[in-house]
Amino acid sequence: MAQTRRTYLVDPLVDNNPITLQVLGICSALAVTSSLQVSFVMALAVTFVTAFASMFISMLRNHIPSSIRIIVQMVIIASLVILVDQVLKAFLYDISKTLSVFVGLIITNCIVMGRAEAFAMKNPPIDSFIDGVGNGLGYGLILMLVGFFRELFGAGTLFGFTVLPTVNNGGWYVPNGMLLLPPSAFFLIGLIIWAFRTWKPEQVEEREFKIQTVEAH
Amino acid sequence: MPENDANQGGFLARWKALPVDSVPKTVFVAVSLCLFCSMVVSAAAVSLRPAQEVNKLKDKQMNILQVAGLYEDGINVREAFAAFEPRVVDLETGTFTDDFDAATFDDRAAASDPSLSRALEDDPAGIGRQTNYAVAYLLKDDAGDLDKIVLPIHGYGLWSTLYGFIALEEDGNSIYGLQFYDHGETPGLGAEVDNPRWKAMWSGKELRDDSGDLKITVAKGVPSPDMKNHQIDALAGATLTSVGVDNLVRFWMGEEGFGPFLDNLKAGDV
Repeated sequence: MAQTRRTYLVDPLVDNNPITLQVLGICSALAVTSSLQVSFVMALAVTFVTAFASMFISMLRNHIPSSIRIIVQMVIIASLVILVDQVLKAFLYDISKTLSVFVGLIITNCIVMGRAEAFAMKNPPIDSFIDGVGNGLGYGLILMLVGFFRELFGAGTLFGFTVLPTVNNGGWYVPNGMLLLPPSAFFLIGLIIWAFRTWKPEQVEEREFKIQTVEAH
Repeated sequence: MPENDANQGGFLARWKALPVDSVPKTVFVAVSLCLFCSMVVSAAAVSLRPAQEVNKLKDKQMNILQVAGLYEDGINVREAFAAFEPRVVDLETGTFTDDFDAATFDDRAAASDPSLSRALEDDPAGIGRQTNYAVAYLLKDDAGDLDKIVLPIHGYGLWSTLYGFIALEEDGNSIYGLQFYDHGETPGLGAEVDNPRWKAMWSGKELRDDSGDLKITVAKGVPSPDMKNHQIDALAGATLTSVGVDNLVRFWMGEEGFGPFLDNLKAGDV
């Protein structure tokens, strides 16, 4: 049992990463990764929401009528997201200003619903909680990776500290402006998926079609 | 028959025997979950509101301090802000009014209140409605003379309405600084309105020329000699944000905005 719980936590980091393998939650990964600090808070917020949403949904799973189960899941997720948003506004005002609308959009993050529907509806609360934490961390890991490259090469800073002094501020580094725009995250996530699948070839999906080779007789 | 057994029990037993998917249980789950969640959410919203209001106010005060060049890391924002005297300005007449409490007057809310604002026909700043009253923050020196004036400005850029402050010297014509505290422009391009080096270009520029015409502008290229004191270099790669800033500064410093107030100030009437 302890072994399976460990896999719930560790599996989503690389082997079953929600972004690189399941390709979920891409939208917010594009939007919030232009700086590391924002990525970090977003990762924490999503981890919190996924973990507790999974736990509460799992606790209620035997009482949720299947006809309204998606709505029930949404209500629980949305309440948690509003809670996170309110807490950020009260205690981390600057960050909540930069995250602005994206905190609210955690509601639509496919990872949260995905875990609720795929895992929490069938497993006990503690396992669901750990699974939620694991998937939140897996999401966060990719967010931080993408944020690292985007902030370093797009703005010359890491967590707001200057690493490569930019020309605009009297240094030598000419920042790559494209990295600050959302499409660059597409390229980065694509490269990360490529790297992951080269490292772990078993993640490569089987081809849906095979090209027939004609043998000469 | 099992159904009869269930019917013979009490209400609770019958309730328990109902399948989860039955209509009464579905309604029950939906209603109780909604009630519970709405209580949690409203409790959080109500209990955290004071802290949120403090943050908002502090953020605004910090921006006013920054634009007036009084902000340093680690200072007590509230104490430093006490140096300012907020006054409500009647934009039409350009005079101070004491009809509202300047400390609590919210010009963003006033702009959507029909009794305190008017719809704009000619609307270069893209704000729809213009408030009739706005708060000016006066900074006085030790002798009690006016040192700087901080005025709120806002208008539409590329994606969003930019909210900010402009700080003027005591003549009401020379710009000391400009700062936006709320906008959603593209990071790295339009959001360079936050770049300290760009903001520094505003310092020392003059709103009007000697004949009193509003000349301040944000434009590309090398300014002609007579525009040297009035032109700020536009942001590279952010044409529409630059045009937006140009429009909103000219709007707020013009007749529809603080123009009458600045005229009065120059004439020494306020």
